[in-house]
Amino acid sequence: MSFKLFTLLVQASVWTIGISAISIAIGFLIAIGLSAALLSGRRAYRRPAEFFISFFRGVPLLVQLLLIYNLLPFIGLNVPSIVAAIIGMSLCTAAYQAENLRGGFESVPKGLVEAADMVGFSPRQVFVRIKVPIAMRLTFPALVNEAIMILKSSSLVSVVGIVEITRMAQDLASSTYMPIEIFSAAALIYLVICWSVALAGRYGERALPGAVK
Amino acid sequence: MIFDPNVILNHLPEIISGIGVTLALWIAGMAVGVALGFVVATARRYGGRVIDWPLGLAVEVLRGTPFLIQIFLAYYGGPFIGISLDPVPCGLMCLSIYAAAYYSEVFRAGYGAVPHGHVEAGECLGLNRFQIIRRILLPEMALIVLPPSVNLAVILLKESAVLSIITVPELTTTVSAIGSQEYAFLEAIFLLAVIYWVIVEAAARLGRLAETRLSTFRFAAS
Repeated sequence: MSFKLFTLLVQASVWTIGISAISIAIGFLIAIGLSAALLSGRRAYRRPAEFFISFFRGVPLLVQLLLIYNLLPFIGLNVPSIVAAIIGMSLCTAAYQAENLRGGFESVPKGLVEAADMVGFSPRQVFVRIKVPIAMRLTFPALVNEAIMILKSSSLVSVVGIVEITRMAQDLASSTYMPIEIFSAAALIYLVICWSVALAGRYGERALPGAVK
Repeated sequence: MIFDPNVILNHLPEIISGIGVTLALWIAGMAVGVALGFVVATARRYGGRVIDWPLGLAVEVLRGTPFLIQIFLAYYGGPFIGISLDPVPCGLMCLSIYAAAYYSEVFRAGYGAVPHGHVEAGECLGLNRFQIIRRILLPEMALIVLPPSVNLAVILLKESAVLSIITVPELTTTVSAIGSQEYAFLEAIFLLAVIYWVIVEAAARLGRLAETRLSTFRFAAS
């Protein structure tokens, strides 16, 4: 396989990384809202959030992407397929991230919250100073895992016509008749990306305050 | 979207056969994956570094690359090295190997979670390695690995939808074909999502039921 083909794959990986990063970020923002709804005592908030999470965790991402890709034009939103892909991936990862965040907030030690209460923190201060930092610390490994899952799942956006690594590999494989070389090279690029994220995650875990050394 | 139930009713036999293929691939892939995953985890535990290292690398590669790329490699690359498989056997093979990689990690964690004292107690009683696996590690592990196994089962079911891309006649392929044929693609995809959702919810509930039933034996593992 020529160097040129490999460069094309590496260039396409910018799309894979870009779409994944944007989806993770948007998904995180949605997940904050969802986890707040899950943790609120009110049924009226909790039920819709549970419904959302159950749906997006219960349906294959491929089907979600096809659904959103076909639904958006139907409700009168003619957006480019890249937007549909990002919406689909963001909603899916939001459901997973919301569950992580809920778990994180629930496992903030009660004693710490009580101690903050005792020394006169307002509920707002308890939330900002105690609950959020500890929950973020606890959910960090799960967030890294989710980022890796999304990087791999982003290969599915090739079906709505976005030329990221997988689609580029498909195109190259059919034009060069070298599927083994091309798809192995694509796999290698995915491996390098995923391992880099995992490595960065491990480093981040040690660098974060309150790390277990 | 004007939802016409006749579209579904007319194609009911095809939809049911699609569900059947998906369930069959899922269960077969899981069965092979569990068996192979257990063999891999056991070989890595007892086989020494020479076996552990290459198997570990293979597992990492399978877990670090998208399932779609693995399918493409097998389906389009296979014929170049003399392995021409039809979509169904190729899909089943890929799903099984993918499942095995993930299950081997579940079992590896399971092995690690059994208290070492129990294994030593077995050794003191004169059990051999096979007996220790069969009588001590496996029963205790079964409880520990159940929740992650159920999780993984759900992930595999959802991953099996990707097989539609190489035209395995499973649920996604069947229902989206009906959708294009009837000019009702959106309705078809919607139906597809609902069917998957129902199967996943049912599997997850079944898993939780098994967990509560088996949790009475939990004390043995603590």
